[in-house]
Amino acid sequence: MTNHWSDYQYSDVMMNIGLNTAENHPISMKWIEKAKDKGGKLICVDPRFTRTAAVSDLYVPIRPGTNIAFLAGMINYAIENNLVHREYMAHYSNATYLVNPEYSFEDGMFSGAGMDDDGVGGQKVFYDKSSWSYQLGEDGEPIQDMAMNNPQSVYQLMRQHFSRYDLDTVSDITGCPKETLEECAKLFCSTGDPKKAGNILYAMGITQFTHGAEAVRAIAILQTILGNMGRPGGGVNAQRGQSNVQGATDMAMLYHIIPGYMPVPDENAHPTLEAYHATTPGGYWQNRPKFLTSLLKAFWGDHATAANDFCYDYMPKLDKERSHIAAYKYMGEGEVKGLICWADNPAVGGPTAGRKRNVSRNLDWLVSVDIFENETATFWKEPGVNPEEIDTEVFVLPAALHVERDGTISNSGRWIQWRYAAIEPAGDSKPDLWIADKLFKAIRKEYETNGKVFPDPILKMNWDYGEDASSAAVALEINGKDLTTGEQITSFGQLKDDGTTAAGNWLYAGYYADSSNPACQKRIRETEGIGNHPDWSYCWPLNRRIVYNRCSADPQGKPWNPDLPLFSWDEASESWDALDVPDFVAGLPPEESAKNAFIMTGEGKSRLFTTGLADGPFPEHYEPWESPLKNRMSSVEFNPCSTVWYPDDRGTSEEFPLVATSYRLSEHYQSGAMTRNMPWLVESMPGIFVEISQSLADQVGVKNGEKVVVSSHRGEFESPVCITPRVKAFQAGGKTLEMVGIIWHWGFAGLSKGPVANDVSPSIGDPNTTIPEYKAFLCNIRKVV
Amino acid sequence: MTQSILIDTSKCMGCRACQVACKQWNQLPADKTEFAGTYENPPRVSPVTWMRITFQEEETDKGVKWYFGNQRCMHCTDAACEIVCPVGAIYHSEEGTVNINFNKCIGCNYCAASCPFKVISFNRKTDLPTKCTFCYDRIASGYQPACSTACPTGAITFGERRDLINQASHRVMDLNDNGNSNAMLYGLDELSGTGMLYLLEDVPSHYNLPASPEVPLQARLWGMLFKPLRIFVVLAMALGLWTNYNKTREIKNAVKSQKSSEHTEHNG
Amino acid sequence: MSITRRQFLKVGGSAAAVTTLYSVGIKPSAEASTRSFRLHYSREITTICPFCGVGCGIICHVRDGQLINTEGDPDHPVNEGTLCSKGSSLFNMASVYDEQGNAVPNPHRVTQVLYRAPKAKDWEVVDWDWALETIASRVRQTRDEHFVQTNADGVTVNRNPAISWLGSAMVNNEENYLFHKITRSLGILNIDHCARL
Repeated sequence: MTNHWSDYQYSDVMMNIGLNTAENHPISMKWIEKAKDKGGKLICVDPRFTRTAAVSDLYVPIRPGTNIAFLAGMINYAIENNLVHREYMAHYSNATYLVNPEYSFEDGMFSGAGMDDDGVGGQKVFYDKSSWSYQLGEDGEPIQDMAMNNPQSVYQLMRQHFSRYDLDTVSDITGCPKETLEECAKLFCSTGDPKKAGNILYAMGITQFTHGAEAVRAIAILQTILGNMGRPGGGVNAQRGQSNVQGATDMAMLYHIIPGYMPVPDENAHPTLEAYHATTPGGYWQNRPKFLTSLLKAFWGDHATAANDFCYDYMPKLDKERSHIAAYKYMGEGEVKGLICWADNPAVGGPTAGRKRNVSRNLDWLVSVDIFENETATFWKEPGVNPEEIDTEVFVLPAALHVERDGTISNSGRWIQWRYAAIEPAGDSKPDLWIADKLFKAIRKEYETNGKVFPDPILKMNWDYGEDASSAAVALEINGKDLTTGEQITSFGQLKDDGTTAAGNWLYAGYYADSSNPACQKRIRETEGIGNHPDWSYCWPLNRRIVYNRCSADPQGKPWNPDLPLFSWDEASESWDALDVPDFVAGLPPEESAKNAFIMTGEGKSRLFTTGLADGPFPEHYEPWESPLKNRMSSVEFNPCSTVWYPDDRGTSEEFPLVATSYRLSEHYQSGAMTRNMPWLVESMPGIFVEISQSLADQVGVKNGEKVVVSSHRGEFESPVCITPRVKAFQAGGKTLEMVGIIWHWGFAGLSKGPVANDVSPSIGDPNTTIPEYKAFLCNIRKVV
Repeated sequence: MTQSILIDTSKCMGCRACQVACKQWNQLPADKTEFAGTYENPPRVSPVTWMRITFQEEETDKGVKWYFGNQRCMHCTDAACEIVCPVGAIYHSEEGTVNINFNKCIGCNYCAASCPFKVISFNRKTDLPTKCTFCYDRIASGYQPACSTACPTGAITFGERRDLINQASHRVMDLNDNGNSNAMLYGLDELSGTGMLYLLEDVPSHYNLPASPEVPLQARLWGMLFKPLRIFVVLAMALGLWTNYNKTREIKNAVKSQKSSEHTEHNG
Repeated sequence: MSITRRQFLKVGGSAAAVTTLYSVGIKPSAEASTRSFRLHYSREITTICPFCGVGCGIICHVRDGQLINTEGDPDHPVNEGTLCSKGSSLFNMASVYDEQGNAVPNPHRVTQVLYRAPKAKDWEVVDWDWALETIASRVRQTRDEHFVQTNADGVTVNRNPAISWLGSAMVNNEENYLFHKITRSLGILNIDHCARL
């Protein structure tokens, strides 16, 4: 999230897309209702009519898998109807930059495309991005055309690219009536008015596609051209589905990064520390060597010295993709032998979950740490499975509840909040921190006595949290300190690359600087201001509540909306009147800081055109991997850069004519491992169901509440149907396309049991993120007789 | 009546925070339920479910409408339950809420049978009627009712009745001005005013509310004829048991008819 | 540490004993039907809701070491005392009410260390020390058997491709940070959590 929850109250128009905010983030509606009370409008874009749609001003149904076409239509509408915020775009984005004349786009492919080995036995498109570059002047700086008329300017190229997405075309792709699209475009693009703020809120209904990352970019482009970034009530707001998915991502529990969003060392790109530093990007990222050195000092303490490259080689180097889709494939092939699964339940929540449970038997051992028995830990107990054929050793370590331990979690708005232990852990259960501490100590002891293979990274690991580790002790290390003075640091600006500072995660610098009164424990509500609450908890980076906030004012420093100032330049005192921590160099005159409003990018601009993604400098519509329609925009069917992990998994629309999409209910949570064991929630939503239209029900001959078998090329499950006018067939591409809405919270363990719906979803993901395509695939249903 | 709860259906998103918060505060176990083709569960109020959200959906010329109703004791001024109670166990508190004194209750179940909203349940284990208490205990201790405390959107507000009526009237006018001519305030005059006020976006039936609730005639007669004569408590018991029997049959029939009607209706 | 309002021992509500209802269980006696306010003599401790990413504040009411009530934190600037159905059910994760209306520990909680031997049909209960030592030994064996110190080009890679770690968005930042240290020290690269799942 670029903004935060209570900031929603300032939005003039909010667009809920790829998200069901009323059901999955109900408290967001508190602030959306406040905005609506002031005249704000809520748009709900969703394939089915949700509880969010029920309280929206405008409901826009679109076929699953057509987000980019829809958003491209909005972008085109804004440009063609001159609803863009031109001044904002000219100063704060790269719209004015001239692009290499060799850049081109033809029939769904950008310049530089070439086929290469995808690493799993197939071929896919890789782009040589050299033509996706700026034209440089004699001074080595990119050439700009502030009027944005040059045909090679990003603005004109963008205009040309998206001009193909007129409302008739978009209507045909999305299956949404043209009038509804137009009403939506008119309403949302009205926020191009400098005084107005538009907010796009999204979640996994944007990202869980083979083209998810580009859809996020389409949102960012729309918000940039309408001038909605960095402003109260605006922003690109990714609503996080889990209480600490933000923090777990910040702490890099992901294969491709290390804490603080630095890339994991790669055996080809970064064989040495020198090579790693040689890839240091521009913008504020030029400080990356300081962040990395400080991290290595936090990890290996006194052992990390300049002479040994701060133990850089202790970090494993990446050879190939190792996301969970990849890891489970390697498990199936016998490469992965042991799994530590900590409060996660891929046996229900993962794509093609049946395969995940099946290959789990290839494991020598599996450790599950959880508060309830989940399906991942009990795969050998699944009905129909003979445990005597399974040799896997399984350990279940009982974890304490959230109210039985302390520590911080980070919400979507990046607020790092402390929670206190209210009660003692039940029985033999222990806080996760205790388990992690004891587990590491047991492993270290094992290596002290029996370890043969390169034990140094383990034995020399800095693990100085005392007999029983405390969250506070670990927090002090994450926050970072100056090793020469021993003082905790208060800002990542204090970090150095010479080994005199240590910090576990540079982004968290300042959250636990003062151990007697840590910022993350602050509980002082704002009494005046606009609800940024700077003294309530701590927000990374540097307690900045709205990022890119230089853009809230014009280049001269006047707020775009004088009624809602975040920053305004005071001529008399030559300083800013500020209601937030500046995301720019506040000491510079406003015209100067305006040139670098997006400090994390090298050019200091929001990138409407980028080299950052694998699959194109502009978003382009492709059909999902499994689709009932040909791609109307080009001859490229699905994202050509996606790795096809299991080519045999793909079903055809002849065999599986229905569009499937999966989603959650307000009353349950993710794989249900927690909520299916909570009677009040089980009472309100006692079991699995799938949602279909009356017309599909008539075709199948099924009545409300009766059971059907939902099948895909990967598996099937049995479920009652909910026949409802909230689900309707789409008229798209000259066809009538029926949809099946799949709710996936159930599994075979716990109080409320049910079939695992993810047995039917495909294991294919976005080329940038490998987030699986849970939201659009093909299925069929038949009545259970 | 001084304090009331206002349910603004135009702000309700059917999240059921209130339904769970009610159970949480009142320490009620879960009902055993099953999916029956609708989001609505539990299917009716019960000894352990004092309030619940109802779900109805309808295709209109403006697209689909999804109506979220809020079913529980209405705390009527002209309360049928109070009228029929043969032992005076049901009473109006100073705040105007309708409460039950279990020390007086004899478990005749006549209150449940006479309720025009069908929101009093009878607990067969204890032979006692159960219903929403308006979180009388919380209010007396300076807290708001559990449901209005939890409600994320401000669809449930607790406060001075005068203020709520004022607030709701303005909102009804706003909705009327924006083309919703069906919007209305419910509970102002019904049964001489109910403790629960509803701002309805559409006709009451969409929210499982009777259009014109009335104290049943037999209840009035019963109240007039027998109530002064407490000596006929025994008679009341007999009548209660008889009503009870009828009620049980009614519930059984309702379950049956619901099961068959769910195949054709959209309950959503 | 600065003491905030929520950290005080707080006596909930007024001292007035009020009539409440028992819905289930035995017929209340005169004494039971005039029990005192439920939050009397309870401590208030703040937590953050463990469900979605909104980060709502919740107050835990604790008396005699037992959780007796959870509800929204009215001081919290995100939720201002409100909660959704999941947040309102937080109490249920720890305790449930039985048919008599008594709070009992959630019977589905795992509160013992469990071990399943190869081919076994059921769990056996083991102790922490044994489990931690055995897991440490399995981790070492698997790592050491499959550890790769240098790749074909002679680059030091120090990786352990045979172990995978999943999780977690359900644990704290400090815990995730320790996970990261553990995984990298063991050379683990197969790391993922719900951000992708």
